[in-house]
Amino acid sequence: MAMNYNAKDEVDGGPQCPPGGTAKNRRPDNTAFKQQRLPAWQPILTAGTVLPTFFIIGLIFIPIGIGIFVTSNNIREIEGNVFMYYGLSNFYQNHRRYVKSRDDSQLNGDSSALLNPSKECEPYRRNEDKPIAPCGAIANSMFNDTLELFLVGNESYPTPITLKKKGIAWWTDKNVKFRNPSGGESLKERFKGTTKPVNWVKPVYMLDSEPDNNGFINEDFIVWMRTAALPTFRKLYRLIERKSDLHPTLPAGRYYLNITYNYPVHSFDGRKRMILSTISWMGGKNPFLGIAYIAIGSISFLLGVVLLVINHKYRNSSNTADITI
Amino acid sequence: MTVPKEMPEKWARAGAPPSWSRKKPSWGTEEERRARANDREYNEKFQYASNCIKTSKYNILTFLPVNLFEQFQEVANTYFLFLLILQLIPQVSSLSWFTTIVPLVLVLAITAVKDATDDYFRHKSDNQVNNRQSQVLIRGSLQQEPWMNVCVGDIIKLENNQFVAADLLLLSSSEPHGLCYIETAELDGETNMKVRQAIPVTSELGDISRLAKFDGEVVCEPPNNKLDRFSGTLYWKESKIPLSNQNMLLRGCVLRNTEWCFGLVVFAGPDTKLMQNSGRTKFKRTSIDRLMNTLVLWIFGFLVCMGVILAIGNAIWEHEVGTRFQAYLPWDEAVDSAFFSGFLSFWSYIIILNTVVPISLYVSVEVIRLGHSYFINWDKKMFCAKKRTPAEARTTTLSEELGQVEYVFSDKTGTLTQNIMVFSKCSVSGRSYGDVFDVLGHKAELGERPEPVDFSFNPLADKKFVFWDPSLLEAVKTGDPHAHEFFRLLSLCHTVMSEEKNEGELYYKAQSPDEGALVTAARNFGFVFRSRTPKTITVHEMGTAVTYQLLAILDFNNIRKRMSVIVRNPEGRIRLYCKGADTILLDRLHPSPQELLSTTTDHLNEYAGEGLRTLVLAYKDLDEEYYGGWAQRRLQASLAQDSREDRLASVYEEVESDMVLLGATAIEDKLQQGVPETIALLTLANIKIWVLTGDKQETAVNIGYSCKMLTDDMTEVFIVTGHTVLEVREELRKAREKMLDSPHAVGNGFTCPEKRPSAKLPSVLEAVAGEYALVISGHSLAHALEADMELEFLETACACRAVICCRVTPLQKAQVVELVKKHKKAVTLAIGDGANDVSMIKTAHIGVGISGQEGIQAVLASDYAFSQFKFLQRLLLVHGRWSYLRMCKFLCYFFYKNFAFTMVHFWFGFFCGFSAQTVYDQYFITLYNIVYTSLPVLAMGVFDQGIYTSVLTFFIPYGVFAEATRDDGSQLADYQSFAVTVATSLVIVVSVQIGLDTGYWTAINHFFIWGSLAVYFAILFAMHSNGLFDMFPNQFRFVGNAQNTLAQPTVWLTIALTTAVCVMPVVAFRFLKLSLKPGLSDTVRYSQLVRKKQKAQHRCLRRVGRTSSRRSGYAFSHQEGFGELIMSGKNMRLSSLALAGFTTRSSSSWLESLRRKKSDSAGSPSAGPDKPLKG
Repeated sequence: MAMNYNAKDEVDGGPQCPPGGTAKNRRPDNTAFKQQRLPAWQPILTAGTVLPTFFIIGLIFIPIGIGIFVTSNNIREIEGNVFMYYGLSNFYQNHRRYVKSRDDSQLNGDSSALLNPSKECEPYRRNEDKPIAPCGAIANSMFNDTLELFLVGNESYPTPITLKKKGIAWWTDKNVKFRNPSGGESLKERFKGTTKPVNWVKPVYMLDSEPDNNGFINEDFIVWMRTAALPTFRKLYRLIERKSDLHPTLPAGRYYLNITYNYPVHSFDGRKRMILSTISWMGGKNPFLGIAYIAIGSISFLLGVVLLVINHKYRNSSNTADITI
Repeated sequence: MTVPKEMPEKWARAGAPPSWSRKKPSWGTEEERRARANDREYNEKFQYASNCIKTSKYNILTFLPVNLFEQFQEVANTYFLFLLILQLIPQVSSLSWFTTIVPLVLVLAITAVKDATDDYFRHKSDNQVNNRQSQVLIRGSLQQEPWMNVCVGDIIKLENNQFVAADLLLLSSSEPHGLCYIETAELDGETNMKVRQAIPVTSELGDISRLAKFDGEVVCEPPNNKLDRFSGTLYWKESKIPLSNQNMLLRGCVLRNTEWCFGLVVFAGPDTKLMQNSGRTKFKRTSIDRLMNTLVLWIFGFLVCMGVILAIGNAIWEHEVGTRFQAYLPWDEAVDSAFFSGFLSFWSYIIILNTVVPISLYVSVEVIRLGHSYFINWDKKMFCAKKRTPAEARTTTLSEELGQVEYVFSDKTGTLTQNIMVFSKCSVSGRSYGDVFDVLGHKAELGERPEPVDFSFNPLADKKFVFWDPSLLEAVKTGDPHAHEFFRLLSLCHTVMSEEKNEGELYYKAQSPDEGALVTAARNFGFVFRSRTPKTITVHEMGTAVTYQLLAILDFNNIRKRMSVIVRNPEGRIRLYCKGADTILLDRLHPSPQELLSTTTDHLNEYAGEGLRTLVLAYKDLDEEYYGGWAQRRLQASLAQDSREDRLASVYEEVESDMVLLGATAIEDKLQQGVPETIALLTLANIKIWVLTGDKQETAVNIGYSCKMLTDDMTEVFIVTGHTVLEVREELRKAREKMLDSPHAVGNGFTCPEKRPSAKLPSVLEAVAGEYALVISGHSLAHALEADMELEFLETACACRAVICCRVTPLQKAQVVELVKKHKKAVTLAIGDGANDVSMIKTAHIGVGISGQEGIQAVLASDYAFSQFKFLQRLLLVHGRWSYLRMCKFLCYFFYKNFAFTMVHFWFGFFCGFSAQTVYDQYFITLYNIVYTSLPVLAMGVFDQGIYTSVLTFFIPYGVFAEATRDDGSQLADYQSFAVTVATSLVIVVSVQIGLDTGYWTAINHFFIWGSLAVYFAILFAMHSNGLFDMFPNQFRFVGNAQNTLAQPTVWLTIALTTAVCVMPVVAFRFLKLSLKPGLSDTVRYSQLVRKKQKAQHRCLRRVGRTSSRRSGYAFSHQEGFGELIMSGKNMRLSSLALAGFTTRSSSSWLESLRRKKSDSAGSPSAGPDKPLKG
């Protein structure tokens, strides 16, 4: 329409532009992002995508489950390397106060932390005015039973099975996380000025005769220090290596387990176990995973069928309903 | 909220000087104000506020303490501070202190930076305003001073088109008799010019030397927010002169058509009426904020419950197991009983479980809102090319609230209308001009127009005037006598003043834009109104100057709704020209040319149907004798002592009869672009639109029609104009009764009982089906807003489809908004452009300012600003809806994610002796929300789903790990591996969940979802790396964990299983919902369908014009009194008066009568320039 009279004349007294407005181009950029017009893929749950997914999940999960289940069950046979575990139950290695009661600096060989352990270690920080090495409740409660395995053969006295002490800890733990303190000739000198944990029989530098498995880098110690997530747990104790391909590692026969009992568990209703196991590509025996896979796979398949039926039954009616709206 | 109760006395009070004792300390500390001109020492004694305006909150020194204090007033921040303190207690601390302090510091820092920038801009705008220059009279000379240095008692000089710097007492001006014209659009939204006059004793103080000697003292009321009243006294030279609002220039006004004026500063800065009216800025919270706070409270309660359960568990465990486990794990020294241990573990669990409501929630919400506000700023569809202003989200915190607006309160002038009056069409002796036809003779659509009419033949034409129909000019050029007479009338019958600075450069000072448009139209068609004296009008008729002798102006008033002039042309013939509202004028026409009458009526109907403001033009020849007699009668009437008005009216009535119809004009009060469409669309979206305007009722109703808020299809439009409480109540009651009685109301077998208490009215009125509208005027509104009637008013108004409140004050606007806000619990939006809308904008949940106009007050007070009303549609229906949906999805997802995350701790509690041991690495806890909330998450989820996920993510790894060993034979179930597995499962499940919930996979979504997964693994490996461990062995004790754990196939099988189990039910459920019930996408499709339908309807709507009711526009923006002013010659320059050689009537008579008229009309619906607050 015609524009001919503007009652509001231009004002020269006041500011013409709102603050921030200058001569610069204030037109917004015409980009897909700024205009919220980005190309988008809109996945919609349709029968064509959902149902096949369910069937595929079913088809994948069931075989995997069966595979895992079979593998897991086969582990029974004592072939290849055999692993020897000790198990404890009702032992709360995951308790908050327990978990934090350690000084990783000390365990990493830090000399100041060695003589002045972290406060987290209380009440196992100092004993008789000497710092405890290794300090803390975890170290103090280290499992110290000795397990020995003998094959009761035809001979009158049993033959001991060689139990390998080394190679039971993670490489990173043994080489990175745990280090003996530096300095000093002997290990004993390096730990000078410290005292053993209250419950320990021997000091830390006498855990083993071999120097590369003694002190903080003793593998039994490292394994113990890797706290368990649940109150019932097992920890790797020894390896039984296969001697030759011809003989099974542990041939059938009677075995005799000698336990040097140092570790009391009665007070807290704990129980100890010894487990011998081989492993497969998926670790030790673990029926849960296989069963779970089979179950989930089946459920997925069934769900697919149910949905297919429902979809088939109701589809037409709902579509027409849409149109009438 | 105070409404002046005793309005009518304002004029009476202005007449008599106030007695000293009358002042009551009702305004706070200041009881009265005294200001002596040119005496700063004297005025300083009172320590009045300076003219410096401060809207900023901080300065450099106070920023940190004040800002921190403010931030810790937020419950959330204090809560996290409390958590931080808890974490510093070693017995309780289950998480390192940095898990809380990092986010807390981050949040505080971000908020502080935001506040600082906001305040910086406030400082800047304050500075800009405070440093505007004004001319201050200091020690006898004019000096340029910034506004902020202006003090009470100073005399300042204003020039044309300048903003008034403070509330001034007008002393003198360049115009005769100390007159001065102002525009008060910033204050009340009215754009017609108003006259202010200096008191006679000071009006001669034109030169600086005399002004410098002026030492009058003003004693007046203390600062208040009443825009239309002022009472005070000037004491000067032993005389007391009463002062009224008529002598005041208020801050925010603009001086117009006045070369200069001098004023004495009475109120400065924060004391000015403008600032007193602006109200306090309130922090606006959205309903999502409130929802979030309630949710957080509930969740906190839930958290306490879980804490209590776990604490009891801990006490029992310590009692049963812990005591016996002491050989390996002795109790802390301070702990002496299982009960105390439980108590401590309660606090520990509060710390751990607080991740359900992490502080990052608030940050993320802010970030999302910030993003949305940027999208609003960037929106090209909300950019006004003409004014070069993009939309501006001035607040970043309200974006999702836009999607929930139910009530829109709109200003009229400048918001709905452009405040441009356009001569659009006319009907001359039965022929209509102004429609645009294309070659084939059809009415042309917009955009396919031919060239506008070429006015180059006329050197005096206004270049800005555009007309599209060439046939009218043809008619004028060919000498059609009707067309000539038509434009002659337009060029003679008005009260416009002309100004010719250079030869041929004409400027018209019209007191109403309608009139300006008409005179400009005549000017371009060759009838140029050139100049006037009190007794003559000079018009250039097709190039030749003709001087008419002006015999009388029969002035406009609201009852007459018409004005006439009686002129004698050079040939000596006397003719009366009249223009006025059609309803009035058609009755006063000579009945003979019936055919012409009916054609013109048809045209009028047509124009009105298009929403144009119509006027009818007529003339009448008078013979000399008759005129002589009439002039005599008129003189007698005007000299009468009593009922002068009535007698004059009847004299006018007598002469304005049997007139000959000339034609009709149609003026378009130009709406902003797309206003009717926007309103129709918003109405369809069930948003109610109320127009609150300071303008007159007729104008408002007229605009209501032209923007399709009111239609003739409506069952009824109720007009409430009662002056007393009882009247208003009765009118409202009648309106309700009508709504209930109408057949529509009893739609679905609904019967209403006869006597229903008014408290239950809402339920009845909700059922009203017919379309009603309510128009209420300001003084009725004042009654309606009283405590005992407000509910009645609200219910009546809410039952109507459209509500128009006219002649409302800024404060009343805010009150109406407040009323709806309070009782309707609905989200309100106020949109306006002027300072008079500021209080309303601040009160409403969302305030929108129209930018690109001259004033910036509204924009400064607003939350969103853009330049066109039509953008409201996009703001509400696109940005608002998107923001709201996204925010809802985000919140759902956020709570889902955190429940899934945190509840794992709850389950783990049962296996770790309720010792508040965390499942995850503490870095994961710190980073979980930081990394994940940077996502533009679009997700759904519910709380129980979160718990479900947490059960699975905990128990599946639990089931697997309980017996598992690694493939190298060592144990798998160590705490750290378990932590990594659970965390990884959780991250993957949550990411898949986002993936499922993302409706639109844009590149950004891909980037963030994949990116966050990548970042998770990157951080995981970094945190578990040798390097960090070597530096801080005690902090990064998870060394080597990631590679050792994630190399295990069992772990990945577990993760896959967990993911499948978590997601499967969700997918199945959604699929079922989609196929059994129409889901979201169907809704979207549906709404799109509806929108298409609407568009079709629109087109129909536009085509179908209304036919029945007509509205005249001229009457409404005009005020009476100017005719007399012109005839008296008061507003003419002395030079032109001298040329004309006329003697003027006694100087004060016209002003007296003007004033009397105003005081009379103060009680009537549409009064003069000053709006009554209350009748």
